[in-house]
Amino acid sequence: MPSAIDELQAMIAELKAELEDQKTTNRHARDRIERMSAEVVDSNPYSRLMALQRMNIVKDYERIRDKAVAIVGVGGVGSVTADMLTRIYTFKRCGVGKLILFDYDKVELANMNRLFFTPDQAGLSKVEAAARTLSFINPDVRIETHNYNITTVDNFDKFLTTITESGIQAGQPVDLVLSCVDNFEARMTINAACNEKNLFWFESGVSENAVSGHIQFIRPGDTACFACAPPLVVAENIDERTLKREGVCAASLPTTMGITAGLLVQNALKYLLNFGEVSDYLGYNALNDFFPKMTLRPNTQCDDRHCLLRQQEFQARPKPVVEQKEEVSDEPVHASNDWGIELVSEDAPATESTSKATDSTQVTAGLRLAYEAPEKETTQATPQAAAGEAAAEVSLEDLMAQMKSM
Amino acid sequence: MVDDSTRKTLSSIPLLQMRAGPREKDVWVQRLKEEYQALIKYVENNKASGSDWFRLESNKEGTKWFGKCWYMHNLLKYEFDVEFDIPVTYPTTAPEIALPELDGKTAKMYRGGKICLTDHFKPLWARNVPKFGIAHAMALGLAPWLAVEVPDLIEKGIITYKDNC
Repeated sequence: MPSAIDELQAMIAELKAELEDQKTTNRHARDRIERMSAEVVDSNPYSRLMALQRMNIVKDYERIRDKAVAIVGVGGVGSVTADMLTRIYTFKRCGVGKLILFDYDKVELANMNRLFFTPDQAGLSKVEAAARTLSFINPDVRIETHNYNITTVDNFDKFLTTITESGIQAGQPVDLVLSCVDNFEARMTINAACNEKNLFWFESGVSENAVSGHIQFIRPGDTACFACAPPLVVAENIDERTLKREGVCAASLPTTMGITAGLLVQNALKYLLNFGEVSDYLGYNALNDFFPKMTLRPNTQCDDRHCLLRQQEFQARPKPVVEQKEEVSDEPVHASNDWGIELVSEDAPATESTSKATDSTQVTAGLRLAYEAPEKETTQATPQAAAGEAAAEVSLEDLMAQMKSM
Repeated sequence: MVDDSTRKTLSSIPLLQMRAGPREKDVWVQRLKEEYQALIKYVENNKASGSDWFRLESNKEGTKWFGKCWYMHNLLKYEFDVEFDIPVTYPTTAPEIALPELDGKTAKMYRGGKICLTDHFKPLWARNVPKFGIAHAMALGLAPWLAVEVPDLIEKGIITYKDNC
């Protein structure tokens, strides 16, 4: 009998060692790289990215190692975004790029029409599955995962603390928040958090019918926040009703999500490494390959009081001097004009449309308002009046008890 | 979108006044009182008209709500647990009402059994912030959802009548 136990124990030890061996050889395809090199060789995973520097696109690519990015929502767009950032992040001595992932969902087989996740990950939490794959792709990236729903009261405080204190240096805020969530509530939550803590963030989204997407760069006080122009504005030229299928809540296409993630990371990268021009809003309509681009200014009557605060701060701050364009001489380019050709500006004032559009939500060409915003009532100014009438004499406990006894 | 009987139901639920979310501790209590008053009135109305269909209660802070709702079909009563959290951005965003036991049984549902409200309810809510509260979400969000989904689920044999209800 004891010999049988010994035999089994020996077998367990052997299998353990084998498993450990498998883990190290498979999960860590390569070790961490001590020093980032710009040399273009097949064995250097960063050489193609460092080439950006040699070609004068980016001044100092290594700065990416000092950046911490939070990704909220690791679904169709978020997982691809995390994948791209993982491949972009580089490492040099002490500093590494950092990714913070938020999601409360599990990987399901229904997600397999999207990129990134694989069927064997079904059942794992999305953040856990993503963290495993990402650290396999690039062991140099620091990954932090948070598996909870940020919209509830308890979790919101955890979320606030994380985005303000989990930067590259402990106690510092993250450099950028990327919203890759799929619902209005979560977007409004991220918006509230970033307005309150004055953090820059990108909102991204793919429409329910999977044929349009957008990204929006929100700098509190400077550009419109998500509550400044709630989904009153919809892209034109698509009648969504014709595309909605019965019995399905949302459609999705890996292509649209991949493109949206690409637009998102590209602009995040331009912002983080300070090159090119970051789009404030960029839309994508897959049906006719229409890419509207615009800037939305903040709404001076925004419902979010932190947004109004940030607007005041922004107004008070001195603006960076914009380079003046060289003056164009008034002299005519052509001395004579035998054929009477003249140029008419495309954006000549269209009197009707300007009078209709409300000044705060500047609706650009290709967009229309889905519905009129409710008229503002000064409810906040008269809480006492409202409170005084009926509710003051009844206590909350009584009401709760009354409801419970019904 | 809203028919006459719904309009009548709706007009008898008191509108709320206080724009306050669960993070604004001092004014949230006031909003919570209004929520309870509207709910009590709505349940009383339902009882009076013989169409009583739900019970709700909340935790002390009024941030987590739970209870039961039921639907009559061919004289049989089908009962379900209801639950939802008050989102931090309430009342700008509506509560996401969930029927956990139906999770995975219908396509018109998001993860965790949250019912799909996008088309029939969210635009209505957005237009009526902050006047609509939980009672309105029940009347305009959950009630029509049950009326459409439950008979369908019964017909497909996905849910069956339980005697103990």
